[in-house]
Amino acid sequence: MATETTEAAGAAPGMPQLDFTTFPNQIFWLVITLVVIYMVLSRVALPRIASVLAERQGTITNDIAAAEELKQKAAEAEAAYDKALADARAEAGRIGAETKAEVQAEIDAAIRKADAEIAARTAESEVKIAEIRDGATAAVREVAKDAAEAVVAAMGVDVDKAAIAAAVDARVKG
Amino acid sequence: MAEEAKGGGLEFHPMDQFIIKPLFGDAGDTVGMFTITNATFWMAAAILAIAALMILGTRGRAVVPTRSQSVAELAYGFVYKMVEDVAGKDGLKYFPYIMTLFLFILFSNFLGLIPMSFTTTSHIAVTAILAMAVFLAVTILGFVKNGASFLSLFWVSSAPLALRPILALIELISYFVRPVSHSIRLAGNMMAGHAVLKVFAGFAQVAAVAPIAIFGVVAIYGLEVLVSAIQAYVFTILTCVYLKDALHPHH
Repeated sequence: MATETTEAAGAAPGMPQLDFTTFPNQIFWLVITLVVIYMVLSRVALPRIASVLAERQGTITNDIAAAEELKQKAAEAEAAYDKALADARAEAGRIGAETKAEVQAEIDAAIRKADAEIAARTAESEVKIAEIRDGATAAVREVAKDAAEAVVAAMGVDVDKAAIAAAVDARVKG
Repeated sequence: MAEEAKGGGLEFHPMDQFIIKPLFGDAGDTVGMFTITNATFWMAAAILAIAALMILGTRGRAVVPTRSQSVAELAYGFVYKMVEDVAGKDGLKYFPYIMTLFLFILFSNFLGLIPMSFTTTSHIAVTAILAMAVFLAVTILGFVKNGASFLSLFWVSSAPLALRPILALIELISYFVRPVSHSIRLAGNMMAGHAVLKVFAGFAQVAAVAPIAIFGVVAIYGLEVLVSAIQAYVFTILTCVYLKDALHPHH
């Protein structure tokens, strides 16, 4: 059948490509085809793809910008966090030092107070001891006077109380 | 034909696949200018395939593309970048036409690889019109854009003065040979590949060499897939090169 066609079309066993009777037909349909494809592409397909690509490019650019922004924000937040941490550390150190100073001051005050009390007590005790010692001396002098008077009376001599007292005082003092 | 094959004699008709015949009516009817032929049918198929990829495939307009949209975008980006790189920024004005050529040739070549189909681009009439359209458009564009200075394309100013006339002659000849080589390269590649496929298929009738022949068909088919894409690429990039010459004729 194909052979018949070939013979009928005049192409013979040669190349159907060189059968010039079919050229007008091919050229006509080719031009139509190209015009249709050109219309389809230039009116619909290419603008659409161009817009899609532009949109995608825009989206990507926006996303990258947003990511950059978020990254910067994160860095800022980290810096703020670090700063807060450092501040807190400094504050803690300051509070610690203050507290230490206060406590030290309190301790110092308590020690001073205790020292003062001790000193006061000591003074008081010394006064008491002195009093007791004075009392003892007076008692010794009294006893000595009485004893001297008694000795003088026993010896039958008039008791001159004043002279005895002076003599005793002089002795005790010495 | 079948009887002849049975008769023992090997009958090859590798060129029968290229015959243009009316789609309707008798096979032997004459092919007039407006007759709907197998060439018409396969050109229409190319249009439909291109529309399916480029319009249906991209109908989602998705920012994250589907598979078909991604292929359409790939084709777009491929040709767009080629035009931009080869012809320059001012060549992008002609991008839709170059895209038309590329997609038509690519789809015609691939549709022609479907068994029993018809390859429109294997016909010199088709490729000659494609090449002549490029040649005429580029030549007219060159003169319109650059005026008479377009002729400096043939005057190699970097060569020694004595050589320039000879080079001009060579450049002139090569310029006019462009449409011939441009069209025959495509048609020749397609025709040769399909004819070789048919020859191997013909050898498959003989039991003794059938395995080799069938392997040959598979191998040549694989090669033809490659050639189909490469020839579409070559035609397109040469169009871009010629366009560059028209826009920037100075060497």
